[in-house]
Amino acid sequence: MEITNYVVLACILFAIGATTVLLRRNAIVVFMGVELMLNATNLAFVTFARIHGDLTGQVLAFFVMVVAAAEVVVGLAIIVTIFRTRRSASVDDVNLLHG
Amino acid sequence: MPEITAFEAPEIEWVALAPLLIVLGTGIVGVLVEAFVPARARRLTQIVLTLAALAGALVAVGVLWGMLQDTLTAQPGQEAALNPRVLGGTLFLTPFALGAQGIITILAILGVLVVADRTSTGEDAFAPTAAAVPGTHYEDLAREAGLRQTEIYPLLLFAAGGMMLFASTDDLIVMFIALEVLSLPLYVLCATARRRRLLSQEAAAKYFLLGAFASALFIFGVALIYGFGGMVVRGGNPDAIGVRLLEVSSASRNILSQGGSLPDGTAALYLAGVVLVVVGLLFKVGAVPFHAWTPDVYTGAPTPITGFMAAATKAAAVVALVQVLWRAGFGMAPDVVEQLQLAVVVIAVLTMAVGTVVGAVQTDVKRLLAYSSIAHAGFLVTGVVGFATVVDGGAAVSFVTPPEGQTIVAPDVIRGVLFYLLAYGVATVGAFGVVTLVRERSADGVILGEATDLAAWRGLGRRAPWLTAAFALFLLSMAGIPLTAGFVAKFGVFSAAVAAGYWWLAVLGVLASVVAVAFYVRVIVIMVMTPSNEETAAAAQGVVAVRDAGVPGSGAGLSGSGASGRGSADASAAPAGGAVEPAAPASGAVRTAAPEGGLATATVFGEEHEAKAEAAATDAVVVGSRGPAAVAVALCAAATLVLGLFPSLVLDLAEQATRYVP
Repeated sequence: MEITNYVVLACILFAIGATTVLLRRNAIVVFMGVELMLNATNLAFVTFARIHGDLTGQVLAFFVMVVAAAEVVVGLAIIVTIFRTRRSASVDDVNLLHG
Repeated sequence: MPEITAFEAPEIEWVALAPLLIVLGTGIVGVLVEAFVPARARRLTQIVLTLAALAGALVAVGVLWGMLQDTLTAQPGQEAALNPRVLGGTLFLTPFALGAQGIITILAILGVLVVADRTSTGEDAFAPTAAAVPGTHYEDLAREAGLRQTEIYPLLLFAAGGMMLFASTDDLIVMFIALEVLSLPLYVLCATARRRRLLSQEAAAKYFLLGAFASALFIFGVALIYGFGGMVVRGGNPDAIGVRLLEVSSASRNILSQGGSLPDGTAALYLAGVVLVVVGLLFKVGAVPFHAWTPDVYTGAPTPITGFMAAATKAAAVVALVQVLWRAGFGMAPDVVEQLQLAVVVIAVLTMAVGTVVGAVQTDVKRLLAYSSIAHAGFLVTGVVGFATVVDGGAAVSFVTPPEGQTIVAPDVIRGVLFYLLAYGVATVGAFGVVTLVRERSADGVILGEATDLAAWRGLGRRAPWLTAAFALFLLSMAGIPLTAGFVAKFGVFSAAVAAGYWWLAVLGVLASVVAVAFYVRVIVIMVMTPSNEETAAAAQGVVAVRDAGVPGSGAGLSGSGASGRGSADASAAPAGGAVEPAAPASGAVRTAAPEGGLATATVFGEEHEAKAEAAATDAVVVGSRGPAAVAVALCAAATLVLGLFPSLVLDLAEQATRYVP
């Protein structure tokens, strides 16, 4: 199989992720779209690394993973805070994510 | 693939890294302070540490600047004091980048001063615990216990460190990490406002989601550039494949200049990568059409953070934008560069137009300043369009045929952008610093949050002349009135556009500035020439009293109609109100601010909710600064004046920044 197909796949995944970000309303789903974009990037990096016979791309993929993890920490914290606020604002004392 | 036999430690030039190490290292120390220093001493420790770190970084930047200038002006054969390419270009200390580091440090110091001020109310701008759900018992407990969130300071240091790195690297993956290092703390800081917490949290969420989207675009662009880089570099040195933009574009340029053509489809790959990276940067710059987050985030975030964010982030992002555009354009075919330049021109025009036109109808001070910041992004991008020209002995020549070995970014661009960033930055930090001191007051005299509704600012000039004068100075500087820093700055970026051959863009810029003058002057008129709501109300009461005297028993409900024509109840009616106490403001004059967009729907909790409705017509009160914010505002005002009156001081430095780095 032609290896450049993986680059095409990465582009398709990236486009799906970007569409998700732009069209969906739920913050968690939007965030999943961003994650999909980052993972599409990883696929592109490792594919290019394979094409070039070069390790740099694989190392860069690790960098992206670490950054994505850091982003999850901050992003989910913000989204969960908002969720808790809105829940407790609308429904008395019901707070599913509490604790 | 080279065989790995032994680990070779890289040689690191610690001196060149000093400013970054000081700032980021102190950030880590600040985190430890949170863990080990008793709560009482924490705040002072953090403030001292933060300011010392930033001052130290500024000194280090100054020393490095001297070393770099020595290196660049050194005679051949003389030993270089400093290698500008640290770790092979991972940190690339061009004078431009170093200047940006200096500007970011200065703005961060001013920003931290505003952040550190607790004002005469004894409260800073941050929630006791940002994790507490607004309106809950836990939040009340935290407030009563006097908890303070001192994590603000290390977060600010991390953000500042990220910005400094962002502006001074050639390696795109390092730029990506710096982008995250500067963004993640800012997302968190946005959510920490003491008042209007729902707005604050919503701002954080919007900033985060759009920021994450932008950085995903950025990194995919990097992946494409890596793919392109491998193809053009492969023939030469396989070890050098990476995402250092200058190496990639030099390799590409070598192929192009030898009359060769790039492999099939790779030019498109490169262009797509560069465009994605540039879009990611434009998000951070806040240029149209990637500006949608700016007004909401600037409004919702705690005001001191907004000031820091608006000034320093823009500095980092614009400098990175110039460098990426120039370095990427270096390796492109001439016609492609021209198209890229045209795209930048279109963005500049759109950004100026949206910023000034939409800004002109705002009724909320923070939102107005946000749109003003968008307009400034437009002016800055106007200065950036010259990225594709180089200068040969004073005459601009086309970028694509640079004189041998003498390629630099057009010096006009560097000079203009650096000066503009400093002028805009001090005015912005100062203006938001003033906003933190102008507060709402509830009916029973309790000082609340910032009075961001412009209606509350009426007649402020009489109650706080110095503060008003400073604010007016910042606005005039942003408007680009002569004798302020903004004028010299705008002159700089417009002449950069003219030097690039886009004189009509400079004309459009001047027109946009004229429109902008109108909306800045509107604020000044509201502050200085409009009578305050209290006076208007008193005057209206006076009218009512006179009428009551004539027709007894009528006019009970007239106070509203009397006051509704604001400003129409002029001073002549005031003496009649001699016997009238300045009563509660007439409800007819209530003009509820209705900012567009999702933020309007966000509720504000408890006391503030009620207070907000009432405070729309009450006058803002000015709270006293405990020192730091006053110092910051005074420094900003002084800098604005000095930069306007004696621009040559900084322009000379900016001139040195245009020196070419081999």
